[in-house]
Amino acid sequence: MSALPLTGRAARDRKPHALNEWRALGGYESVVHALRGEPLQVLEQVERAALHGRGGAGFPAARKWRFMPARGTTPGDGANYLIVNGDEMEPGAFKDRLLLEALPHQVVEGAILVAYACHASEVIMLIRDAYRSAIDGMERAIAEARQAGLLGTDILSSGFSLEMRVHASAGRYIVGEETALIAALEGGRAVPRKRPPFPAQSGLWGRPTMVNNVETVSCVPHIVTQGPDWFRSLSLTEEGGTKLFGVSGRVRRPQLIEAAMGTTARELIERCGGVSGDGVLRCFQPGGGASGFLEAAELDVPLDFAHVRQAGSSFGTGTLIVLDGTACPIGVVARHQRFYARESCGWCTPCRDGLPWVSRILDALEDGTAVSEDLEVLRMTAAQAGPHGRTFCDLMGGAMSSLASALERFSALFDEHLAGGCPQRVASR
Amino acid sequence: MTLPPEIVSGIRRAVAEHGGVRAAMLEALRLIQHAEGWVSDARLAAAAELLGVTTAELDSVATFYSMIFRRPVGARLILLCDGAVCHLNGADAVRDAVVARLGINPGETTADGTYTLLSIACVGGCDRAPAAVLGRDRKLTGPVFPDNIDALLADAG
Repeated sequence: MSALPLTGRAARDRKPHALNEWRALGGYESVVHALRGEPLQVLEQVERAALHGRGGAGFPAARKWRFMPARGTTPGDGANYLIVNGDEMEPGAFKDRLLLEALPHQVVEGAILVAYACHASEVIMLIRDAYRSAIDGMERAIAEARQAGLLGTDILSSGFSLEMRVHASAGRYIVGEETALIAALEGGRAVPRKRPPFPAQSGLWGRPTMVNNVETVSCVPHIVTQGPDWFRSLSLTEEGGTKLFGVSGRVRRPQLIEAAMGTTARELIERCGGVSGDGVLRCFQPGGGASGFLEAAELDVPLDFAHVRQAGSSFGTGTLIVLDGTACPIGVVARHQRFYARESCGWCTPCRDGLPWVSRILDALEDGTAVSEDLEVLRMTAAQAGPHGRTFCDLMGGAMSSLASALERFSALFDEHLAGGCPQRVASR
Repeated sequence: MTLPPEIVSGIRRAVAEHGGVRAAMLEALRLIQHAEGWVSDARLAAAAELLGVTTAELDSVATFYSMIFRRPVGARLILLCDGAVCHLNGADAVRDAVVARLGINPGETTADGTYTLLSIACVGGCDRAPAAVLGRDRKLTGPVFPDNIDALLADAG
């Protein structure tokens, strides 16, 4: 079996498989197998496989599924929902695009298994507007699966019924937040809400709802067919499986790499041909725009959720953004804050007003027009807003993590900017 | 103004598939935009009436989503990524070159109505930064270079 379960079957040109091609590669065998047993068996396999959710928080997938009540045990009519979150938009993230575009049947297959394990009767695949070919490919894959009796009523005579559809979104990063996503599906503005209640108790239309990332769902067929021990053995750490690492920024060959969970940044950067620019690593973000900076001393940290947290950052979407000696971390933080300010839903005041303020100050630092009081505003905002801040969701807390770590690690650089703007205006390559 | 019959039937289908009037609001806007390129005040009001929601409620959804256009956009749409990774790979220079070539800033449409330029992040093309997403099909392209803007403009249709 391929040590690249997630991407091993993808065509080089990303052309998605037709159903018969997918089945010839072993596709949907996991569904045939799983539906002969009980939902709890799938859940327990995934629990033993130590699959941590790949959407950013790294919560154990099976533990999250356990919050979902069995069908018919909650009052009222209506479905139990599984929402597959394909609203990938985190700065630096480009992993779900591959899974959605090239391997839609793997996502459908995984979604059937997750729905079975957590008692969902309807699956909604939410895919962002910019991934149009993924939307088309997923709709085709779902139609083929339905035609083949893998979706619909009484699937493979198991008694299990499942509906599945695609919801095409229309921009806005906040839609990827799970409670905002539910608000979006209910038709309104995608504004997050307070938890609890968690979506598993009261989600879409007040019904039990599970939200899982595309990559999380894509792991499940392999756990079911190859077994939890095999899946765990793929990893170098206690968190099972392989991981799709997106490595970009100042590396010679930026790329998506499927590698063992726990692979180090050193190895990933080497596989990308090393650091570009002046060839010297200045720092990197291990988990996308909402993760704190790490430096050369942390190059050998095994990249998984627990180890990166221990190192003082977060693993997020497994997205490495690499900066060489000529790249300015303050410039990178400025772009991140501009992004998060633009994408704030505007509901909570600290986020709606705080992020644009921070963004303007960072721009002023680059221009050399900032004043020393501005640094105090940055410190105050970073300290008060994150990581567990005064907002309904984690957008602002996440946004502040890159700023907080930059203030801590590169304080001399902030002073230099104060004195006369960015000393290393990032040159275009 | 009444809506074209194909949009009316599309919206009715969306209401049935999405489980209700409110859930179909975004899809209604998408259908109008798909047919006409943007969502005018008149279309918005007509869709609100068909759905049985207020114009204000539908507009609150329309204006929340960045990819629902409430102003006319050009037939050739250029979405330039301004995220950190594209920035590290020279996105500012690409933006400056496009701005100089078209004579418009991000968020604007050329006077002849042909091109619309928007800033967006992240487009999921960090392995080919600086990246852009082009046209109605949202075709991912990159790396884009400041000296090759003509190819970018040609692909934007």
